[in-house]
Amino acid sequence: MPLFLLSFLLLLCGAALPLLLWRRPLAAQRSAVCCAVAASAVGLVPVLRVLFTGVPASFSFPWSVPLASFSLLLDPLSALFAVPLLLLTGLAAVYGAGYLAACAGKKPLALAWAAFNLLTASMLLVFSAANAVLFLLGWELMAAASFLLVLFEHEREQARKAGFIYLAAGGTGALLLLGLFLLLGAGAPSMDFSDFRVPSGGAATAAFLLALGGFGLKAGFIPLHVWLPEAHPAAPSHVSAVMSGIMIKTGLYGIIRVLGLLKPWPEWWGWLLLGLGLVSCLGGALFALAQHELKRVLAYSSIENVGIILLALGLGVVAAACGAHQLASLAFAGALLHVFNHALFKGLLFMGAGAVLHGTGTGELEALGGLSKRMPAAAAFFMAGSAAACALPPLNGFAGEFLVYLGALRALNSPGSVALAGVLAGLALAAAGAVAAAAFTRAAGTAFLGEPRTERAAGAHAPGPLMAVPMFLLALLCLLSGLAAPLLLGPLSAAVSAGFGGYYGFAAGLEAMGPFLYISAAALCLLGLIALAAAKRRAFLGGRQPASGVTWDCGYAAPTARMQYGASSFAQPLTDFFQPLLRKLGQYPVISEYFPAKASFSTEAQAVFYNSVYTPAAVRLRDLAYRFSWLQHGRLQLYIMYIVVTLIGLLLWKL
Amino acid sequence: MHTFAELMIVLIILLDMALAVTGSLSSCIRLVAAQGVVAGLLPLLAAGGATHTRALVFAAVIITLKGVVFPWLLLRARDRSGARKDVEPLISYPASILLCLGAFIASSWLGSRLPLPESGVAWTVPASLATIFTGFLLITTRSKAITQVLGYLVIENGIYIFGLALFVEQPMLVELAILLDVFVAVFVMGIAIFHISREFDHIDTAELSELNDWRRGEYGK
Repeated sequence: MPLFLLSFLLLLCGAALPLLLWRRPLAAQRSAVCCAVAASAVGLVPVLRVLFTGVPASFSFPWSVPLASFSLLLDPLSALFAVPLLLLTGLAAVYGAGYLAACAGKKPLALAWAAFNLLTASMLLVFSAANAVLFLLGWELMAAASFLLVLFEHEREQARKAGFIYLAAGGTGALLLLGLFLLLGAGAPSMDFSDFRVPSGGAATAAFLLALGGFGLKAGFIPLHVWLPEAHPAAPSHVSAVMSGIMIKTGLYGIIRVLGLLKPWPEWWGWLLLGLGLVSCLGGALFALAQHELKRVLAYSSIENVGIILLALGLGVVAAACGAHQLASLAFAGALLHVFNHALFKGLLFMGAGAVLHGTGTGELEALGGLSKRMPAAAAFFMAGSAAACALPPLNGFAGEFLVYLGALRALNSPGSVALAGVLAGLALAAAGAVAAAAFTRAAGTAFLGEPRTERAAGAHAPGPLMAVPMFLLALLCLLSGLAAPLLLGPLSAAVSAGFGGYYGFAAGLEAMGPFLYISAAALCLLGLIALAAAKRRAFLGGRQPASGVTWDCGYAAPTARMQYGASSFAQPLTDFFQPLLRKLGQYPVISEYFPAKASFSTEAQAVFYNSVYTPAAVRLRDLAYRFSWLQHGRLQLYIMYIVVTLIGLLLWKL
Repeated sequence: MHTFAELMIVLIILLDMALAVTGSLSSCIRLVAAQGVVAGLLPLLAAGGATHTRALVFAAVIITLKGVVFPWLLLRARDRSGARKDVEPLISYPASILLCLGAFIASSWLGSRLPLPESGVAWTVPASLATIFTGFLLITTRSKAITQVLGYLVIENGIYIFGLALFVEQPMLVELAILLDVFVAVFVMGIAIFHISREFDHIDTAELSELNDWRRGEYGK
């Protein structure tokens, strides 16, 4: 635990130092990055120890804040979330040093780095707090720090809009969480999580729904996702990597903790989770397919992955409520493993998108193309990440989903409702995986393959070593954690035990070991085959240079880059099919002459939920608020009178 | 010995009533100063002769501040701002005194209900509550910024007397803290008054409503 506290301390230093050095932005950046990396390295030691030994560590410190105690508890579940957090923030800090170096002097780098380290520290606090007040403190700090980072490019109107939506979502979520903790803490001797009385009946349902709303607004599943595709692309790329990779997981962490507290679960909770997961994994994948901007594609893919995790949780809860405990353990293990894996590959993908933005200055898919010739390493890493996101073995995205598939298949032998849940989960996973594969083929293919569509893409430069090395390490981790999945089962079952109950962890380890060994063996065979093929190719070539030709020639006499498939045309068959859901706006040319004429074509992806659900609701709310504007007259005396009347009212109420 | 203290309490209540009906700004300032001096004397009288040196020093500081420094600052602010010499109430004086009487009755009732330790001096709690309410009355029903400072000072007097009811023996630290608060607040408000009168040519806080952001005409654009 001392090392864990040292990690906190280093992060706080990393938040304070840049502010002290704000006059020298590069020195500020260097100090912040050093602190972040050191904090990650130091913090990983105790966290990994807890994860591998399964022995929780705790720490308590007297604190004078009312109702609060500064008590931290690092159990395997916290550690499972903290490992990707520390890995990803350390690497993202190094990446950010390369990414933001060009902004020195133009942007307040010191503030951005202070916010970055504060964000890391607050997430660490969220994952390890054992007291509700401390937890909320970390939660709010996390929201504030990430809000600052979303506003990093505040001169763009889109970023300001994103910041406002983000703030509103964060505030609403925190309000719901306040309600949740008040409900759980009512009658308890203190606000420590271990002292909470487990409510039953209606109170338990209310607590569950409050948690689902409050934590869901951070986790970003549909329909609580509207802030996510706005805010994540607006932040600088290394921050997007952290936000998408791990910050949204704080919401899932909260939901898992509350589920662990509120046992036994009624069956319909599971169905609710399953339904939400189903909608957001399918919806996220579909919307990802329709986006025109690389980082927005990735943001919607995060929604999809949160949906997958929620789907697994739902399947597990339904199974546990119906008594199919082995099945539940598989689903829970799948959910937690996917949390870990998604953090790695989504971090990698956002860094890849950042390399594209850094090299070309734009993330518009239709303006890119041919980047694999200009930044081969970044292209390879991005494609590795894409393959992981499409859940292709042997990369790590496959492992977690495989556990859920396994659970879904097992469910077919179980009694009625569990079988139905299994069928739904399996079908949704398969469908979402297929659409996600299309979305990532489209994104990676349009950006990296073919010929450059614009001058900007043609003049792209490869990312420097500061950016490339973290991406390489993440890609390596994606591959290794896919191959070494059987080794991860021990820590995973410890985390499942800590989160859901001892039995589930034990069963998960037992159930998943066999299949995982098969997969790893198959993956190693696959790698061996690839190595063999490469060696053969080398031998055939025998030192000769292979000839290279033009890409996308297609038999045209004078092909141009504009004849390639674009992002819109690639996805058109699918997006047209789902037009009722996606509601793309588009202008299509009508051909009426015999000879070629000028024509233009455009489509625009809509934020359907934002436009047709939240905006009308916000307008209603504003109209309602306007009715009360007579209270808001600007007369100081009457404002003070409101306060006096409230105070007297409270005094009389308490008498 | 408590007879004197109880007389002082009565004096404080009478000063509350007087504040509610006084129209002249300078008399108001003097009344508040007088109330501060009376409140500063109270702990000495309530302690019944056997006073510590530190209590004496403390009372001297309080009386100097409330009786000399604050009135001087406020009178200077009044002169410099070139404002009208009356308090410009938002409600009529009879209404003010009725409200003040109502506040006194309510505080008597409240004082009997509050679970407080018995202090030797009768009517301490009702008087302090009535003083606090009078301060709020001054703040909410007078339009000048300077009367808000006065109201704030009256509230502080009330809290001081309330503290007397609670901690007859060791009022020191608590009240020093409150006093520091008020001292800072008077300075801040003094500066604020100066700025309001410079920007708007008067010190009427009602004009601050010009600054509000709910403008009917602009709604919905």
